[in-house]
Amino acid sequence: MIRQAHRWHPHDPAALPRALITLLLIALLWPGLQLTEFRPQTLFNSQSLDTIGRFLAGFWPPEREPEFLRLLAKATLETLAMATAGMTLALLLAIPAALLATRALSISRLLSGRAGLPGRLLRYPVRLLLMVLRSIPEIVWALLFVRAVGLGPTAGVLAIAITYSGMLGKVYAEILESVDAAPARALLLGGSSRLAAFFYGLLPNAAQELTSYTLYRWECAVRASVVMGFVGAGGLGQMIDLSIRMFAGGEVVSILITFLLLVLLADQISLLLRRRLA
Amino acid sequence: MRRTLGNLLTLGLLLAAVLASFIWLQLDLSALLTADGRSQMHSYAAAFFPPNTSPAWLAKLWHGALETLAISAIGTLLAAIFGALFSLLAAGRLGGAARALCRLLLNALRSVPELVWAALMVLAAGLGPFAGTLALALHTTGVLGRLFAEALENTPSAPAQALRDAGAGRVAAFLYGTLPSVLPQWLSYSLYRWENNIRMAAVLGFVGAGGLGQMLHVTLSLFQQSKAASVIIAMLVMVLLVDALSGWIRARLGS
Repeated sequence: MIRQAHRWHPHDPAALPRALITLLLIALLWPGLQLTEFRPQTLFNSQSLDTIGRFLAGFWPPEREPEFLRLLAKATLETLAMATAGMTLALLLAIPAALLATRALSISRLLSGRAGLPGRLLRYPVRLLLMVLRSIPEIVWALLFVRAVGLGPTAGVLAIAITYSGMLGKVYAEILESVDAAPARALLLGGSSRLAAFFYGLLPNAAQELTSYTLYRWECAVRASVVMGFVGAGGLGQMIDLSIRMFAGGEVVSILITFLLLVLLADQISLLLRRRLA
Repeated sequence: MRRTLGNLLTLGLLLAAVLASFIWLQLDLSALLTADGRSQMHSYAAAFFPPNTSPAWLAKLWHGALETLAISAIGTLLAAIFGALFSLLAAGRLGGAARALCRLLLNALRSVPELVWAALMVLAAGLGPFAGTLALALHTTGVLGRLFAEALENTPSAPAQALRDAGAGRVAAFLYGTLPSVLPQWLSYSLYRWENNIRMAAVLGFVGAGGLGQMLHVTLSLFQQSKAASVIIAMLVMVLLVDALSGWIRARLGS
């Protein structure tokens, strides 16, 4: 639309190239439209209009029945608990992995400027593992675990634990490499163990950044655990999925409002904690 | 002293919250901790190997990957078009009432996760990639509309004003005075969202919205683990390729 406007102006010297680029883009888009079965008219045939109409009519008022609200409260707490438990398990895996993967604690690197071969041989597999863990989306892990451990929050917790350990491990390792290396170097050269060098040399400088990244990831985990229910891993997502399938518009609206409040709450909690622990 | 006490209290509350979470969920970790559960888990995991690499299945995977790519591209494009239209309203170009209303709409679109939109759109448009495209478009319109509006508000108004003073119409002043300065920013936001949406499009299929996700869901439901394994590998390759490509483009643009 905007492009066409150029063609109307005889004074615009860039009109022709722009028109050609637009045509080329449309030619490239055509297969995409075919692949996505792009047929907007399906939205407006009588059958789908009827379905949507029935669904939308149910949207108002939101469901407020006490029995339903009790279920909703339970699912909300379950979602929060899934995120928290998943993060805790992720930390158990991420902290050792980050210590293994980080170059900040390499003694050979301190002495000769580059890491020795045994160290690198250990670090690369750990880094590769972390990459695979975080590159598969959490909901895929959830789907896999639902088949393995059954429906319910356990699958969601495990999925969050796995994906987030991959993310946390990588970022922790990078944060440790980015802080001032002098104290750790002094400790390592003075003969202290790597663990002591980490606790007394690196941690004091990195603690704040580590905390705030962890809290940020916890917020993400809350959002992720809401969605996880769509594959049967419990929490609010499972409720939304059921309500949508039963065309219960009012319930969907109530759950969505709860979801928004939960995300806002998580934001506030993490902000508060960040201020306190900073 | 008071600060230390406060910190201890915060830490205590955190620990209590973590404990409460585990107790509340009553996690069933027998699958991981007992020998029986572990052997079951092991046989389940072993069924995924080796991944199915028959030519027929690979051809299907290729089609699924293309479909995922198309869903993300068309969804992002639609979102960019509608986001641009809404951003004009949201930046207050057509009055305060439209601005407030539009911001509310964009917030609502953005707050509903893609997967929820997909489940709703499957009802409206039927199973298949079109539902996924619409779902991505709806959520991304909310995101891009807001980002575009912010870019519009932050762009200098002098060029457009100069054109207006010289007698140009409102549309021409926008096209030649404002658009050139916001377009690069709009483009880079859209590309960034596209990157996100490719990842998202790969999993939207879990609710029936086409692409690789739907293939994974179907194969897992039919207990065809070796086929599922190759779908997962295809997803992984796609995510890594997109990461590498966008990193490369960013590095080129940055330098």
